[in-house]
Amino acid sequence: MRTSTEKLINYFMLSFFAILVLAPFLWIATIAFKTQIDIMMMKIIFKPTLFNFDKLFFSKEATFFRDIFNSLFVGIISTLIILVICSMASFTMIRTKISNWITAVLFLWVIVFHMLPPITFVGSWFQMANSVGLFNSRIALILAHVTVNLPLGLLIISSFMRDVPTEIQEAAYIDGCSNRQVYLKVMLPLLGPGLFATAVIVFLFSWNDFMVAMNLTAKATQTVPVSIATFSQQYEVRYGEMAAGSLVSLVPALILTFFAQKYIVKGLTAGAVK
Amino acid sequence: MNTKDKSWKILSLIPIIAVLVILTLIPLVNIFYNSFFDIRWDDGKYNYTYIGLENYIELPNNKFYLPGLINTIKLSIFAVFFQMLFGFLIALGISKIKRGKGLFISLFLLPILLPPIVIGSIWRLMYGFDFGIFNYLLSFFGVFPLDWLGSSSLAFTSIVIVDIWHWTPFVVLLLLAGLESLPTDVYEAARVDGTSGWNEIIYITIPLMIPTIIVTMVFRFILSFKVFDEIYLLTQGGPGTSTEVISFSIYETFFESDNMGLGSVMSVVSLFVVSLLIIIVLNVIRRVNKYAN
Repeated sequence: MRTSTEKLINYFMLSFFAILVLAPFLWIATIAFKTQIDIMMMKIIFKPTLFNFDKLFFSKEATFFRDIFNSLFVGIISTLIILVICSMASFTMIRTKISNWITAVLFLWVIVFHMLPPITFVGSWFQMANSVGLFNSRIALILAHVTVNLPLGLLIISSFMRDVPTEIQEAAYIDGCSNRQVYLKVMLPLLGPGLFATAVIVFLFSWNDFMVAMNLTAKATQTVPVSIATFSQQYEVRYGEMAAGSLVSLVPALILTFFAQKYIVKGLTAGAVK
Repeated sequence: MNTKDKSWKILSLIPIIAVLVILTLIPLVNIFYNSFFDIRWDDGKYNYTYIGLENYIELPNNKFYLPGLINTIKLSIFAVFFQMLFGFLIALGISKIKRGKGLFISLFLLPILLPPIVIGSIWRLMYGFDFGIFNYLLSFFGVFPLDWLGSSSLAFTSIVIVDIWHWTPFVVLLLLAGLESLPTDVYEAARVDGTSGWNEIIYITIPLMIPTIIVTMVFRFILSFKVFDEIYLLTQGGPGTSTEVISFSIYETFFESDNMGLGSVMSVVSLFVVSLLIIIVLNVIRRVNKYAN
């Protein structure tokens, strides 16, 4: 950009797109604070009310606190499992001498699975969960989320793994460390930022998932997105609660984006096919 | 390497292999097996009746599957085209600025990181016939309210718009990473030769970016076959089959109509189609990378 006009046009264009991205969120934020009547009257100026939030959390049939607990529980446990499984596997595949075909087959399968529509697997997971009595349990959903998000976890951790200098690892071997010790005492500490980026992204994808959660859970174990979707399924769509629930469900992503934007960008780019 | 280390290698790979075998390979075998049966849920257990290829023969007659497949492909093509177009513009814009870069990137990250079901809810409210924002804005121009999701001619376009809005940021992210890794010396040389802004973009940036553009495009194309959440909340595939997509047909057949045999056939065929595309895509990516190096 050499001239200031070009600069101005550029900022103008970016701001235009930024408004297109932001406007829908602002719109739903206003809806969340309107009464059903104000929503229907399309009132621009309205008296903000917490009525929708009150109903969402405290009405007699409200389940939202439990939904949030379910989402957090499933998200955190599945993220931890993915971190352990993927960091171990990635270390062994990338940083130790191991037959090339094992690495090649595993990576290829993980990438292919990442691209396949998950609905094609959910039917089988449902059947499997049912046959071992795990339907409507958090365990089934945790296992499903581990599977769905495993490719992303492995790809992101692996791209950070490749950036760790080999010299440090070699020095550790010379000092007499075994692979297990190198993994635990050298690699894991050095991978800190990578593990953090992976955790943030994998947790958010688990928190956001609707399709898998809807098919593997029932009322008691449903997660936040499933709960939000039910508001649109009554005879009368409950717009206010739908908007309020949506607004609450944005909180984790907003907090994590604010604090970890750089890691998320690096992780998401690394997780795409390179 | 001593034997102790060999046991570490095996132990460290067992969990990932276990997950992949039990939760991805066995399900694949399972749906393939299911596809030859008529399966009914009776008395708390599944009753399998072998029916050979009947499910496969029935598939083309299914009202939803083939239109859904065609819609999915159409949706992918239209949405990805605009995502690439807008995505390139935005990525280029962001790469040129110094101030406020982080802010813009954070903003453009939002649609990728927020629950798709919320995106569905928001757009459902905005598309609303009686009190949606679009019809409200149109009323100022004296335009009659449009039935964004309820008319079969408009619903598909409405879905494409949501998909463009949802996934353009992802394209921005990948293209921006590409733009920032371009060699700077080429630009300096061009600047010395007096190349102007537009010529720089057309003759230097775009040719250098072609590998990244192709990889991003094919990747997005495949991933858009996963679309489900927005369809579920916005149109449920309707009106008629105008917004039906494969994921939704499979869901309906398997979970709503409890026809697990036919649902499995749909899954098998979908996996076959997507796998075919993946083979093409991986080949394209390999060739592009070879060309790029």
